[in-house]
Amino acid sequence: MLIFEHSQPGRRNYSQAPLQKTDIRDIPESLRRRQRPKLPEVSEMQAVRHYTRLSQKNFSIDTHFYPLGSCTMKYNPRACNKLAMLPQLLGRHPYAPQSTGQGFLACMYELQEILKDVTGMKSVSLTPLAGAQGEFAGVAMIRAYHDARGDRARTEILVPDAAHGTNPATAVMCGYTVREIPTDADGDVDLEALKRSVGPQTAGLMLTNPSTLGVFERKIQEIAKVLHDAGGLLYYDGANLNAILGKVKPGDMGFDVIHMNLHKTFSTPHGGGGPGAGPVAANTRLEPFLPVPMVGKLQDKYFWETEKTRPQTIGRLSANMGNAGVLLRAYVYARLLGREGMHRVADFSTLNANYLMAELTKAGFTAAFPKRRATHEFILTLKGMKEKTGVIAMDVAKRLLDKGFHAPTTYFPLLVPECLLIEPTETESREELDRFIAAMKEIAAEAASQPDLVKAAPHTMPVKRLDDVKAARELDLTWKRPAA
Amino acid sequence: MPFIPHTDADIKAMLASIGAKSIDELFDEIPEALRAGKLTRVPEGLSEMEVARLMQARANQDGQYLNFIGAGAYEHHIPAAVWEIVTRGEFYSAYTPYQAEASQGTLQLLYEYQTMMASLTGMDVSNASLYDGASGLAEAVLMAVRAHKKARKILIPRTVHPIYRRVVYAIVRDQAIELVEVPFDTKGGHTAPESLKAYAGGDFAALVIPQPNFFGVLEDVDALTDWAHSNGMFAIGLVNPTSLAILKPPGEWGAKGADIAVGEGQPLGAPLSSGGPYFGFLACKEPLVRQMPGRIIGRTVDKDGKQGFTLTLQAREQHIRRSKATSNICTNQGLIVTAATIYMSLLGPEGLERVAAACHANTLATVAKLTGIKGVSSVFDRPVFHEAVLRLDIPVGDALHALEAQGILGGYDLSEHYPELGQALLVCATETRTAEDIEQYAFHLERVVSKRRLDPPCATKVNA
Repeated sequence: MLIFEHSQPGRRNYSQAPLQKTDIRDIPESLRRRQRPKLPEVSEMQAVRHYTRLSQKNFSIDTHFYPLGSCTMKYNPRACNKLAMLPQLLGRHPYAPQSTGQGFLACMYELQEILKDVTGMKSVSLTPLAGAQGEFAGVAMIRAYHDARGDRARTEILVPDAAHGTNPATAVMCGYTVREIPTDADGDVDLEALKRSVGPQTAGLMLTNPSTLGVFERKIQEIAKVLHDAGGLLYYDGANLNAILGKVKPGDMGFDVIHMNLHKTFSTPHGGGGPGAGPVAANTRLEPFLPVPMVGKLQDKYFWETEKTRPQTIGRLSANMGNAGVLLRAYVYARLLGREGMHRVADFSTLNANYLMAELTKAGFTAAFPKRRATHEFILTLKGMKEKTGVIAMDVAKRLLDKGFHAPTTYFPLLVPECLLIEPTETESREELDRFIAAMKEIAAEAASQPDLVKAAPHTMPVKRLDDVKAARELDLTWKRPAA
Repeated sequence: MPFIPHTDADIKAMLASIGAKSIDELFDEIPEALRAGKLTRVPEGLSEMEVARLMQARANQDGQYLNFIGAGAYEHHIPAAVWEIVTRGEFYSAYTPYQAEASQGTLQLLYEYQTMMASLTGMDVSNASLYDGASGLAEAVLMAVRAHKKARKILIPRTVHPIYRRVVYAIVRDQAIELVEVPFDTKGGHTAPESLKAYAGGDFAALVIPQPNFFGVLEDVDALTDWAHSNGMFAIGLVNPTSLAILKPPGEWGAKGADIAVGEGQPLGAPLSSGGPYFGFLACKEPLVRQMPGRIIGRTVDKDGKQGFTLTLQAREQHIRRSKATSNICTNQGLIVTAATIYMSLLGPEGLERVAAACHANTLATVAKLTGIKGVSSVFDRPVFHEAVLRLDIPVGDALHALEAQGILGGYDLSEHYPELGQALLVCATETRTAEDIEQYAFHLERVVSKRRLDPPCATKVNA
């Protein structure tokens, strides 16, 4: 049932709105609303029960293993939520003077310092509201850098063919054309193809390392040299930073600008699809172009850095400074982990992924890059299963839901056929991984003996497979009360 | 080890299964030279108790103030049930609903949200939210340019939030889109429809129409919308969602209604929280639906014919279209939209109307009280929603500092962005302000203004 179907005209919650109804006579009639919006008219208990029940129709980290590759679905510590929601922090207006926000600004300044340290970069701006906005900031900075030098011939951004779809979409938003670079058989960027592709038209290369193929890009230093020799810049997509946190710094790899996804690496909640936070960090060359506001410090006082102190900035990306509450959660997480906790994230996410890959390979599954180490994630290809049984990766994904596991990422990256991208994260125990392995074995057996069972999965969810074609063709995006 | 469950026995057994001697060996594909970096600035780890003590101290340092600042972010009462439910792990720690069958809770909620926002704005359809109001306006501008096909210029009145205008510029400038600012009427504080004549025939894709505008003033939305349409451009309504309980929704502006409605969703259940996370809403008329950025949820049926909800129109999005996508956006602001949906359900149409009307009445009461002070006057003469511009006969910065020492945040100083208004202050009083609050503000402002040219109270001089 929808909330609207619980609604009755005239029902309302008397405690939740002002007791007096004040008049609005001075607002001209022509500017006033004539018909009330169709918001639900339900009791508080009806609303609470309805949304509590809806929540129970979700898989989440708090309830299920969620090995969604490239998304880093690790445990979101409750302390991060509780401490970011202290009343003074929640009540602070974004335009309250900085003298009334020294505690908040201290947290943000220290978070900048922590992120500088783990990325090996010169300077950090916390302002981008999500990973994709961090990407936008990074590429806009590359453009601003070339523009500032009067170099307007650079019109092209290079992107590996395995890259996340946001990379090419971002490059276009920044006014660039996109050229794709192929991947070699071992999952590394095809260096020869890269050398042939760079030139005076190259603005930069966007790279994820470890790559979206679940392997570390071994030739990163040569790649950086090729790019820099051609006058281009190197952009680091921080989607997979969890794999190297505290162990390898993107700055040391030769990257000029990077964005991080704090909702992945720093364990802020994914919230059913947001809010995220996508801070961007830069080396000395690109630092002047970072988006504002940033937080500065002068003689124990924290202050906003704005266009005034950073005249070459690419500007502002939101009305305020980013998703402050998300940044506070990341700050609390970083303080709980501390210096010695950072590299353990990389250690144990890598251990878990390599263990899963080893055990699943022993169980008969095929790794896409069997000769390579897994990073914090790895790819299985189910091409063999499809040929033998007709069961495809999507079927296995859906059947995993029946077994109580969220599905891995499916059909990404696009260049591996029938792929599952599996990222267990460091917060899962060995027992949970073993249960997942057992479920995968069961599904492989089912695919061989009763493929129709797998192809029709899921069987135990609130709904069965949905008609996506109907959803797109007969658009139903808002509820309308059926005619009586 | 914080949040890592492995025992020594686990590590040993797992390494044996992999065939590695140590965890370090798992990193042997990474060039040695790159593995040398040591962390120096990340502090040592703390226990939860220690971090809690630290955060409480920082929060106490910031304290709590009697707030009369609005300027795009508004202090409203948020029913207790809202965040109790939002922070349930099943909402809080879920991800984008790619696996629809295991995400029906989030998906149905977003469909309900889309229904509520479409109705509130008077539009046909809504997306599942964008990052915030300012970046949402940039997306609306990009959407109008895509849909218009010919023109790449946008008319933005100076009565639009000054930071929003900067954000739009930062986001669209590399796509050869030109923003043209329209001056405002200095008497009314609005965009006079007759002033637009200068732009007729100027090849614009859209006119942005703020309601209420940044000054709190109500624009002549019918005339502005009709002018945009008769000059071959789209009308983008930039609106406050609370105000829509009492103000005419963009879908009904002028003869045909605005084409796109966009705005900051924070007033619907999101705490001020130093500026985020909030969410942007974006709704439009049916013909533009395929130009919308962001996630969109559709209702459909499963293979047994049972109702279900799923992400739809994904062919617009970056993970399918890559460089040809409508936007690079992947996320919405799901969790804050969860709050907004529950907020709207708890308030209902009558509740939201009462909130809006109370904000309006409190702001009028504040203006009446403050302009009773010698040296304080109203700047504009047109009706407002829940904000108003006042002029002081002393520097606004000094007055705000002095009020701060009394625990009052007196408003938003307009002198940086609108120097032509002189010593002007934007004040807001939502439903959370009481008659006593307003009285207290007036009492202290009176003292501050009457002591003009004397030093402000000493407590404020340190940071001045």
